[in-house]
Amino acid sequence: MNTVTLAGATVEVDAEGFLVQPEQWNERMAEEIARANGIEALTDRHWQVISFMRNTYLQTGSAPSVRSLGKTSGVPIKELYELFPKGPSKLAAKIGGIPKPRGCI
Amino acid sequence: MAHRILVLGGGTGGTLVANRLQRLYGDAASITVVDRDDAHVYQPGLLFVPFGLAEPGEIVRPRHAQFRDGIDFRVAEVESVDIAENTVHLMDGSDVHYDVLVIATGASLQPGETEGLSGPEWGRSIHTFYSLEGASALRRSLDGFEGGRLVVNVIDMPIKCPVAPLEFCFLADWQLRLRGLRDQVELTFVTPLDGAFTKPVASARLGALLGEKGIRVEAEFATGRVDAAAGTLHSWDEREISYDLLVTIPVHGGPEYIGRSTGLGDGLGFVATDRHTLQSKAAANIFVIGDAADVPTSKAGSVTHFEGETVVENIQRFLEGDELTGCYDGHANCFIETGFHKALLIDFDYEAEPLPGRFPESHLGPLALLAESRLNHMAKLAFQPLYWHVLLPGHNIPGVSSEFHPVAAPPTEERSGALR
Ligand SMILES: Cc1cc2nc3c(=O)[nH]c(=O)nc-3n(C[C@H](O)[C@H](O)[C@H](O)COP(=O)(O)OP(=O)(O)OC[C@H]3O[C@@H](n4cnc5c(N)ncnc54)[C@H](O)[C@@H]3O)c2cc1C
Repeated sequence: MNTVTLAGATVEVDAEGFLVQPEQWNERMAEEIARANGIEALTDRHWQVISFMRNTYLQTGSAPSVRSLGKTSGVPIKELYELFPKGPSKLAAKIGGIPKPRGCI
Repeated sequence: MAHRILVLGGGTGGTLVANRLQRLYGDAASITVVDRDDAHVYQPGLLFVPFGLAEPGEIVRPRHAQFRDGIDFRVAEVESVDIAENTVHLMDGSDVHYDVLVIATGASLQPGETEGLSGPEWGRSIHTFYSLEGASALRRSLDGFEGGRLVVNVIDMPIKCPVAPLEFCFLADWQLRLRGLRDQVELTFVTPLDGAFTKPVASARLGALLGEKGIRVEAEFATGRVDAAAGTLHSWDEREISYDLLVTIPVHGGPEYIGRSTGLGDGLGFVATDRHTLQSKAAANIFVIGDAADVPTSKAGSVTHFEGETVVENIQRFLEGDELTGCYDGHANCFIETGFHKALLIDFDYEAEPLPGRFPESHLGPLALLAESRLNHMAKLAFQPLYWHVLLPGHNIPGVSSEFHPVAAPPTEERSGALR
């Protein structure tokens, strides 16, 4: 398992940089991960999605897909792609300190 | 009094569970199955219809004929489930009360969820082979197809049998070669995934196979809309792909009644389900089998079959007031047709990804995992009679266990060889 230093703390990450233990995460880490992935500043809209992802993961054990984010997070899909270019679900999970969404199999 | 067991959906899962329960309980249970129609489609056969390799009539049988005597089959559309009252409302106005409910209503196709998909070009330049009408209409279009850009597109996951679109590409490549048209066709596979499949080793192997056959892959393409007049697909991140003939796999979701049944489903209409016990999270007397469940494994007939054992064992324990011990492990097993009378086989569970090896015995086989062979193709063809005569009646397939058995770790050279 790899470890990296984020916001002054050592955390475990997988090969693609997703936190392995969500409880090691904090909001300062989120800002750092976001910057490393091309998002300069996290706005309230970003936070709305990140918190939704994180809460859903912590409650249900799996993170929502983009489509269910579009239906349930209060942020439409078009905007999700503007906020988190490329893969909103993956990127929001990474910034929110939860494992990579398994996608569907 | 006999236990009242109600099964919603008379497809793969509903049929095999009802038959297993009837065998177990006889007169001690009154079992009712409800489905909206009486035509059971062998869905794996849909893949072959567009190429004339199967006739629609060969893959459909009456549902009622698949049930053991003593099972009550009713044709009706489900309106909603009232969890608190242990009652199902049907569209014909009648109510059915239950002690145990089994949800087996599968996944439905929702082309209307994608802007531009289901307009006047639907059935002309835009097709799907995921339904019987769709597969038949596509056959007519493919027959008249003389060349151009053929695009096979998965709009979003999850979908049933996630390898079927790849198989369609392989078969299209083969059939177009036979017709001497392959050089005139640009064949592209467009997927929201970051590769050919979700699990890394299989994805690399299947990706290599697509490359060998000259099938282009456009990955991480999340389709936002279709411009049917212009013949273009557009992703949310504003990429564009042109087609002459589009074969699409529409978005899947649960049937509408799930949304009308408070507390039962997630945002997409799949039923919140414990992935090991297959009990619904909404109520202790509701169990879920097959594509309807939100469990993290493939939506596949093999999964549905393996789940059957767990569901029946846990219903029995629930009715006796015992703790649920039946434990499904996510076992899935799929044949992948690769054309030229060959197929490949993958086997995996919640934890383990598909790897090369042998199946069902890890050294002896006889079937090869993650490698193309004629024997795998023969096994895939042999599956249809097994489906009607072994799987639906609720028997186990000889030699194939519901539990996943990992392949013996292959020597490292073989593993890296498979990745190349
Ligand atoms: C093209 C294609 C190829 C496939 N190939 C393979 C393969 O090679 N191997 C494999 O293992 N799997 C394959 N599958 C997947 C497999 O067919 C399904 O996973 C399996 O049939 C799921 O069973 P189920 O009981 O959950 O759903 P289904 O068999 O689809 O049954 C659901 C039933 O519920 C009924 N229903 C739904 N809503 C209502 C309502 N509101 N009221 C009343 N009735 C309702 C429907 O009419 C239907 O009969 C394939 C699927 C497709 C589409």
